[in-house]
This record gives sequence, C-alpha cells and structure tokens, in this order.
Amino acid sequence: MSCRWTWRSSKGFARFFTLRFTVFMAHTLPALPYDINALEPHISKTTLEFHHGKHHAAYVANLNKLVEGSDLDSKSLEDVITSVAGDASKAGVFNNAAQVWNHSFYWQCMKPGGGGQPSGALAEKINADFGSFEAFVEQFKTAGATQFGSGWAWLVLDGGTLKVTKTANADLPLAHGQKALLTMDVWEHAYYLDYQNKRPDYMATFLDKLVNWDFVAANLAAA
Amino acid sequence: MRRILAALVVLPLLVLLLCPGQGAWAAAPAFTLPALPYPAEALEPAIDATTMTIHHDRHHQAYVDNLNAAVARDPALRGLSLEDLLARASQVPAAVRNNAGGHWNHSFFWTSLSRPEQGGEPSAALEAALVRDFGSLQQFQAAFRAAGLARFGSGWVWLVTDPGGTLQVLSTPNQDNPLMDLAPVGGTPLLGNDVWEHAYYLRYQNRRADYLDAWWSLVDWSVVSDRYAAR
Ligand SMILES: [Fe+2]
Ligand SMILES: [Fe+2]
Repeated sequence: MSCRWTWRSSKGFARFFTLRFTVFMAHTLPALPYDINALEPHISKTTLEFHHGKHHAAYVANLNKLVEGSDLDSKSLEDVITSVAGDASKAGVFNNAAQVWNHSFYWQCMKPGGGGQPSGALAEKINADFGSFEAFVEQFKTAGATQFGSGWAWLVLDGGTLKVTKTANADLPLAHGQKALLTMDVWEHAYYLDYQNKRPDYMATFLDKLVNWDFVAANLAAA
Repeated sequence: MRRILAALVVLPLLVLLLCPGQGAWAAAPAFTLPALPYPAEALEPAIDATTMTIHHDRHHQAYVDNLNAAVARDPALRGLSLEDLLARASQVPAAVRNNAGGHWNHSFFWTSLSRPEQGGEPSAALEAALVRDFGSLQQFQAAFRAAGLARFGSGWVWLVTDPGGTLQVLSTPNQDNPLMDLAPVGGTPLLGNDVWEHAYYLRYQNRRADYLDAWWSLVDWSVVSDRYAAR
C-alpha cells in the first residue's frame, strides 16, 4: 500500500488548499494454496518456484508499476481488466493484470491428489452440455493442443451453457463476458522444465492427476 | 477369410480412388528437416546441447511434419515452395501459416549462428547501414534486445532490410515472419532470434533478457553480411 498526496490551489484572493488523499491498494502475489513441492512428481518444485515465484510475481510487480498513480490504481483487479480490455493503448496493463488473475486462478484449479472425475451438479452439467465427461476431456485437450504459441485452455460458463475455449497469451473469459470455471496454462513455461516439448503429456497429467474438481464445482455453484 | 482378403484389396483401392494424387505413403514428403550445420553442443554455453537437440529434433521436426500434413490436406497448395506459402500466409489455413513459418524461421535461425565468438563482425557495408539507421552497432543491439523483451508471449525478433532499403528491427508473434504477406513490416530478413520460451527455458527459465544478451556471442556476422549483400 502506498499513499499519494495532491495539493490543489484554487483561484482568488482567499487561497486555500484541498487535500486529496488516495490509497493505492497494491495488487499482491497470493501464496500457493499448497506446498511448493505438493504437486510433485507431476509438476516439480522447480517449475513452481519459477512459475509462481518469478513469472506470477513479475506480472504482479509490472501491474503495480503500470497502474500506480493512474486512474486505475483504486480499482480491483477485475475492474482493471474489464476497463482496459480491447484498448490497444493499454495492452501492457491488460496483459499483466490478466496474467495476475489467470495464475491466481490456475493455482486453485490444481491440488495434490487431484484429477479423476467431478461429481454432483457439475458432473450432471458436463454430461448435459458435452454429452459425456470423455467428450469434455477431448475438447479440453484439443483446445490446449491447438492453442498455438502461448495461452490458456478453459472450461467456462457462457450464457448458462458450459463451453471449452482457448485464449492467446493473457486473454481470459472475463474479457468475453464468460465465467471461468477451470483453466490450464499452456504457456511453455508451465511445463517445459518437466515435459519439454510434450505438451500433450502435461495436459493428460493435469487432467488425470491435478485438477481440483471441488474448486470447479464451487465456481459453478457460485455462478 | 475371403471377406478379409477382399477388404485388404478393396480398401487401398478405395483410398486411392477417393484421394487422387494423395498417395501420402508413397510420395516423398514435400518438406524435410535440415540437419544442424554444427554439433548440438557447438553453441555452448550460450545455448546448451539439450536445448539445441530438443529444439531441432522435436520442435522443428514437428513444424516440418505438421506442414507436410497441412499441405497434403489442401490440394491447391501442393507443389508450392516454402516462400510461396509464406507469401500467401493471409489466405492459407492457420496450420499452413503456423507450420510454414515455424519451418522457415527455424531453418533461418540455425544458419544464423556459429560457435561462440567465431562469428566475426558485420561487413563494412552492413555496419555502415546499421550506423546509418540505428546510430551505432550498440544502438541496433539495444533496439533488437528491447523488441525481444517486448514480445509478449511467443514470437521472433528480426533485423530486416525493408522495401525502401532501410534496416528495421521488428518482432512478430508466434511463427509469423517478415516474408508473410500479413506482416505489418515486410522486408528481407537478415537476422532473427527465437523468443519462444522453448528457445531458452531449460537454461535461462524466466530470464529472457539474459538469453538475448548471451545470444549475440553466437551470431554469424559473415552469414548476416552475405544476406545483406544479396538483398
Ligand atoms: Fe504461466
Ligand atoms: Fe523455436
């Protein structure tokens, strides 16, 4: 948190000063919701040290640098994202803000001992909207595999229907009026130390061993 | 048994009939992976042998394989050269654009590099042009570094001589390049650096700037100067 003081003088004989006191709530790096080695052997401690401690931390630091002192500095992260989405002159703010959001969300989409299949209302909704869990898995893996370059694969709620989508670089469902339920980072930094070029192996492991379906179900319930 | 035999005869015939000229199993692939012009460890320490091996044998190979598959799906594109495909990148399927770019860019990248500190210096003509358009060799390198750092996500940073003869630094996303008709700045590429994370992640992880700095020790200026002379 930092403070900014602005003095403004008014016209006229009786000069007086108004004092504007703004509080800049700096965006912060959330702690991982599990130990740094908790996802081994599927995602290594080293990968998370860089991914969380360097990449995610850099997005947070860059975002704070970009918004501090601007009219965006009192906005929540989601308000920053929606207010600059689509504005080419604010691409730097959008990229860093969206990457802060994406990574905070991604960590929660995984847990040690995750994977398997969802149950309850989420399982029923997946069956209703995709035909079967296997059909969802197929679409999700295809989205991740065909996101050329850097980006994300998503399960979203779009107008009441579940959909699988993919986004490039920092782009995210919030910028498209969709609610994110699950994401998988397919930037190479997410898997290169552990899987190198084998993105399909990373995606299969993500689904089989890591997905936190309770988090996804809670996102659906809250939608 | 007779049914199985009949199927064995009829099925390949059907495939041939339905896909005239396809014959993917018989025809030689249109595009092939060029060998590295030096051993995989030749670029140590700036680029490690493991990175080189994976980058060339798996990533580049995949672009070649995927390009052959994508072109085979599209009869109108068969027989076109790699340069022809790039020149119509805006009209071809994304798989052709991405993989043709990936194949050309990586082929260009390998041949732009040589053993550390063996690359010599820019020719007098190239150096004069760099000084003319950037102020100095150092300012050119600073512009190239800045463009490499500013490329958000995956992509390339280039030195090109544009259609007016001016040298320019630019960056393209993913596997796009300045030879594509959709490139915002076209021109003849003289030098290109890969800033996909796979190019540097095993050795440099998040430190792209360190990779960009170390990479200069590998640039083969005689090749770059030859490209400039041939422009
Ligand atoms: Fe990431
Ligand atoms: Fe590459």
